[in-house]
Amino acid sequence: MADFGGGDPEAFRKEVREWVDANFPAELKGRPNPMMREERAQPSEAQEAWRKAVGSKGWGTPTWPSQYGGGGLGSAEARIIQQEFGRAGAYNPIGGMGVMMFGPTLLEYGTEDQKLEHIPLICRGDVQWCQGFSEPGAGSDLAALQTRAEDKGDHFLINGQKIWTSGAQFADWCFCLVRTDTSKKHEGISFVLFTMHQPGVEVRPIKLIAGNSPFCETFFTDVQADKKNLVGPLNGGWTIAKRLLQHERGGLSGAGGGGMGGRSLVDLAREYVGVDAQGRIADPDLRTRVVQHEIEGRSFQQTAVRAMLESKGNSGPSAATSIMKNAGTSWMQLRHELTLEIMGHQGLGWEGDTFKPEELGAVRGWLGGKAFTIYGGSQEVQSNIISKRILGLPDLTQHN
Amino acid sequence: MAVLNEEQSMLRDAAKSWTQEKSPVTAFRKMRDSGVEIGYDAKAWNEMAEMGWAGVIIPEEYGGSAFGYLSIGLILEEMGRTLTASPLIASGVGAASALVLGGSDAQKSEWLPKIADGSVVGALAVDEGAHHAPDKVALAATKSGAGYSLSGAKSFVIEGLAANLLVVSARTSGQSGDKDGITLFLVPADAKGVSRKRLALADSRGAANITFDKVEVGADAVLGAVDKGWDVLEKTLDRVRAALAAEMLGAANQAFETTLDYLKVRVQFGQVIGSFQALQHRAAKMFTDLELARSAVEAALQAIDADSPDVPELVSLSKAKMGDVFHLVSNEMVQMHGGIGMTDAHDAGFYLKRARAAEAAFGSQSYHRDRYARINGY
Repeated sequence: MADFGGGDPEAFRKEVREWVDANFPAELKGRPNPMMREERAQPSEAQEAWRKAVGSKGWGTPTWPSQYGGGGLGSAEARIIQQEFGRAGAYNPIGGMGVMMFGPTLLEYGTEDQKLEHIPLICRGDVQWCQGFSEPGAGSDLAALQTRAEDKGDHFLINGQKIWTSGAQFADWCFCLVRTDTSKKHEGISFVLFTMHQPGVEVRPIKLIAGNSPFCETFFTDVQADKKNLVGPLNGGWTIAKRLLQHERGGLSGAGGGGMGGRSLVDLAREYVGVDAQGRIADPDLRTRVVQHEIEGRSFQQTAVRAMLESKGNSGPSAATSIMKNAGTSWMQLRHELTLEIMGHQGLGWEGDTFKPEELGAVRGWLGGKAFTIYGGSQEVQSNIISKRILGLPDLTQHN
Repeated sequence: MAVLNEEQSMLRDAAKSWTQEKSPVTAFRKMRDSGVEIGYDAKAWNEMAEMGWAGVIIPEEYGGSAFGYLSIGLILEEMGRTLTASPLIASGVGAASALVLGGSDAQKSEWLPKIADGSVVGALAVDEGAHHAPDKVALAATKSGAGYSLSGAKSFVIEGLAANLLVVSARTSGQSGDKDGITLFLVPADAKGVSRKRLALADSRGAANITFDKVEVGADAVLGAVDKGWDVLEKTLDRVRAALAAEMLGAANQAFETTLDYLKVRVQFGQVIGSFQALQHRAAKMFTDLELARSAVEAALQAIDADSPDVPELVSLSKAKMGDVFHLVSNEMVQMHGGIGMTDAHDAGFYLKRARAAEAAFGSQSYHRDRYARINGY
């Protein structure tokens, strides 16, 4: 409770609860955050009101410094806000790449002017960001990127193509890795910011196997980025990119562990497969695999708890954190596979009222989940990182 | 590694330096080569007892330190690293827990101080078949005068040859497979009618098959209540399983680290083999699994110390997960060492053999997966 600096957590909880009751539009109860969805293009009046209310309090980014529009609060208070939003069935309307990845990175590496210009807009949810990192020829080998930025005096002129740009069709600004020196690999990359609302920016959504289009191809033709929007030193973007990816992976492993919502596999198996006279899942082979998966999930949760306690204790950063992305994402993927298998024929529906929403969701989730071990550093890249940084094995992937 | 208090850190450091200096793997090799029948070095056991290790879970009033199960797990983890053979689990965890959980004041006073100082070695005689199945008790205890007469057989009794005191599960009513009707008895190993056959096991550790032929014991040999021994037995077994998982954690980590060292020095095709991604990713997978297993093992030991109601499921979780991981790592140790790993002169075989024996002891992975599911109602 040290976070309260002598304040009273229950008084703060009461304050949050009263504020949420007064400001959260009842019609939005239980609705998801529209931020990264099609409806963001035409938000309802209530959605806009809720975004503005939370944004002006800084409670969407509660632990960010208040001088840039954040809440300026401690982690205990942030947890209370999250709990109270949850209690009221309210989503946090402030989110997206700006909150998850770009904001924390800019707070660390940006100049005072850059922070004052960009952070408050993120805290208010006025600006959505997209991530210009991957290219057709630079996926796992991200530092092979080719998008060029030429120095034109007061600005950079950018030409090239990005891919897998999440939410680019809804984004206002892009944080982008560009090549400013072609003679070096990692040391020729810079980190720049520019608005997506300018001539030369073309966005084409990519339809995925799950039928949705969360990612885009993004083309830049003579796009301009002001010099003041270079973050960090010229040709020093790789360090910042690596830090940003840590924020991304942290978020993803959390998603792996936290994504245990919905019904348990055991419940699903009881319904779709049935039980024997002793109450066991009737298919013994499936039962064994469900148990293994449950045990794996519990040990993942136990590791998350242990890593948190160790980082709070005096033993320094926990080695356990390095395994979280691979362990969490494989676990989630296997959960999807088992869900489908348990549902049998009912787990094959694409659309139509023969299938329950839960069944259709399982199919889409299974397909969409295949991305977990590809994005944010693929399973293989994560294994390379563990091999090199934790186990001290020789690195053959970072030739300059 | 769990966040430790000062006394736990000291215990862990003491165990680390003693095992590294006094009981490295070469000491295990020497013990094996000597052919000593009890399966451990009695002199080393005396030193452990002098350091108080046999009394770590025993209350102070009975000569122990009552540091708890996470503490003894820390010691066992270090012992696992060097494959140190000893009756610490059978006696200092098994027999000691049974007495602490179910013993009368008289029984505790008689036995616990001797277990704590190492002068008595206790062992659990619970299994009767090829697989761990503590409810399958056929060994019969029938009323005989004021006491009982025990007849039947126990198999795979860990440290059964060295033990002075046997904690025996016997049937006083019902059928083999019933949890009701099991009674625990304290039987001195030299009692008339007890005969022991040494098992020479692949992992060179001590174990015996024991037959009981009309072994007469008094009513005061009953540990806990007649017909109601299951509760104490299951709690005792969970403590032993968690302790064994801690030993396995240490052994698996050492097997992994020894292998990792080898990947960094063995040169083929003009480079160290650790530069090959085919081996790097398997190493990363082992590291990931070892971290998950550590969390499971420590959580089980902490739950026992906290007397938490979820001890049974957390213990089964940890034994199942740890068994899978030790199985994997011990196999990879041999494979990644190549030919040298196949030789008796190398330590890899010791870890492989210990892995299988430890996996089977007190419930294999499949036993504990099934138990975990049953506890959770499926």
